[in-house]
Amino acid sequence: MSNADIGYVPASDEMVAQDRKRRMDKARRARIRERIKLNVIRVLMVGGFFALWEIVSGRLIAPFFISAPSAIFRRLGGWIWSGDIFYHMGITATEACAGLLLGSIFGIVVGTILGRRPFLAKLLDPIITTFYSLPKVALAPLFILWIGIGIDMKITFTATIVFFLVFLNTYTGVRNVSRELISILYLMGANEMQVLRRVVLPSAITWVFAGLRISVPYSLIGAIVGELMASNKGLGALLVRAQGEFDTAGVFAALVAIMALAVVFNTAVRVLERRLMPWKSLEQGHESAV
Amino acid sequence: MVSLQPAGSAHDTGHELIRFENVSKSFELSDRTVRAVENVNLSVAKGEFVVLVGPSGCGKSTLLNMAAGLFHPTNGEVYYAGKRVDGYNLKTGYMTQNDHLLPWRDVVGNISTPLEIRGLAKGAREARVEQLIDLVGLQGFERSYPSQLSGGMRKRTALARLLAYDPETLLLDEPFAALDAQLRLNMQIELLRISRSLNKTILFVTHDLDEAVALSDRSVVFSPRPGHIRHIADTPLPRDRNLTALRHDPLYTKMTAELWDLIMPTLNETRGEAS
Repeated sequence: MSNADIGYVPASDEMVAQDRKRRMDKARRARIRERIKLNVIRVLMVGGFFALWEIVSGRLIAPFFISAPSAIFRRLGGWIWSGDIFYHMGITATEACAGLLLGSIFGIVVGTILGRRPFLAKLLDPIITTFYSLPKVALAPLFILWIGIGIDMKITFTATIVFFLVFLNTYTGVRNVSRELISILYLMGANEMQVLRRVVLPSAITWVFAGLRISVPYSLIGAIVGELMASNKGLGALLVRAQGEFDTAGVFAALVAIMALAVVFNTAVRVLERRLMPWKSLEQGHESAV
Repeated sequence: MVSLQPAGSAHDTGHELIRFENVSKSFELSDRTVRAVENVNLSVAKGEFVVLVGPSGCGKSTLLNMAAGLFHPTNGEVYYAGKRVDGYNLKTGYMTQNDHLLPWRDVVGNISTPLEIRGLAKGAREARVEQLIDLVGLQGFERSYPSQLSGGMRKRTALARLLAYDPETLLLDEPFAALDAQLRLNMQIELLRISRSLNKTILFVTHDLDEAVALSDRSVVFSPRPGHIRHIADTPLPRDRNLTALRHDPLYTKMTAELWDLIMPTLNETRGEAS
């Protein structure tokens, strides 16, 4: 029996989908307009703040304390011209990146294993909680004793901080995977690895990324605190040096460089997120369209 | 209370495939025990299309879950092909009201999941998926994610996925409940055609008495919770039936009316219990 025999018109579904698409397009245009408006207001706000800062500096507050945007940009320009800033940024970025990578790999692996093995999770829970509650900064002296003050110490230190954040999120994500979806895959004859790859990890990845997003600023904290404690290179070291020379413009310039690094890291995670979870951005578009 | 009758005797279907033997199931909640089904005895023959009907919450889905091996009966046993069901029953495929598609995979990805699990080569997989997409009429939506599909399209994707792994027995829990009437009829025709041509054994749960009579070889009527079998009725329609012409079939009308008379009083009972 064919569709025509019973007068069934399969187009109805397509029409629904098309209509939804049209509404999504409209919503997208509205979003773009809103984004432009937000950006214009932002630029005005920040520009105004800098102008005010420039005016106040030297007139109401001594430049020793707050420097001035013009001085900061001159200092930055000098560092860029000499290439110094790229060297230090590179060091800090390497530490933060490597720490982020190592910490999140361990976090994802351990989080997934404990998420799938409730007995192990129960067994280790108090131990992990205890270590989680420990302020990781307090571990830095130990790492210096063990590993020295080189770049590997900052990487280890950063990885330790990131590990807990990613681990906890991955664990929660894996525990929250729909039991029905897992059952359905098992009924298809799937083994544990297949269930892991097709259901558990894609489902947990939202949580993993939540962990990664929180980890980005923490990875920079790890790298820079490590450098503040013991180092002669990296943005943290640059910060310490400028402070030691009472170079306020230098301190602010180093902060600007750290912020720039943070923005790059955040963007990278967001791009990765969109690349790895194409269905998520669609869902978000969908929500705003309905 | 319980009217029993030997399985499949009236049909030219095969030997017994699924047997529920004195099956009871209760769930322990924090504050009380819910008895979902009680003393169910039912035998389903290979190739048979058995529909379970009854008021909501009477444990029909529980029986499907036990046939799939997702839970164990509290008392009694479920046998599949002569063996006690213990753990996931890989001979069965399950489709529920909730389509349970993988949100992170598009239509093609969802349908090919069971084929990947079975280890089919890429080429064979793609060919099979294309066939199934044609079968359920999803051409043009191959690369859509479930969140972009309408409810009906999601159902059709789930059905295609179920057919992709070609289980011996299909456990269908109100699979068409959310569909509009025409699409539902179309899916019913397709399901009936597939069940006959591939000789599938089907356990089908529904609230809809018309659907029960239209599809079934036998209808099993359940009482309200704790669900037990009140009545088993053979469907007096030929196996090779034309679903579009049923409305005018006096046998069909008579049987739906009979089922209605059986179910109607229990509907009032459940309502009384709930209020």
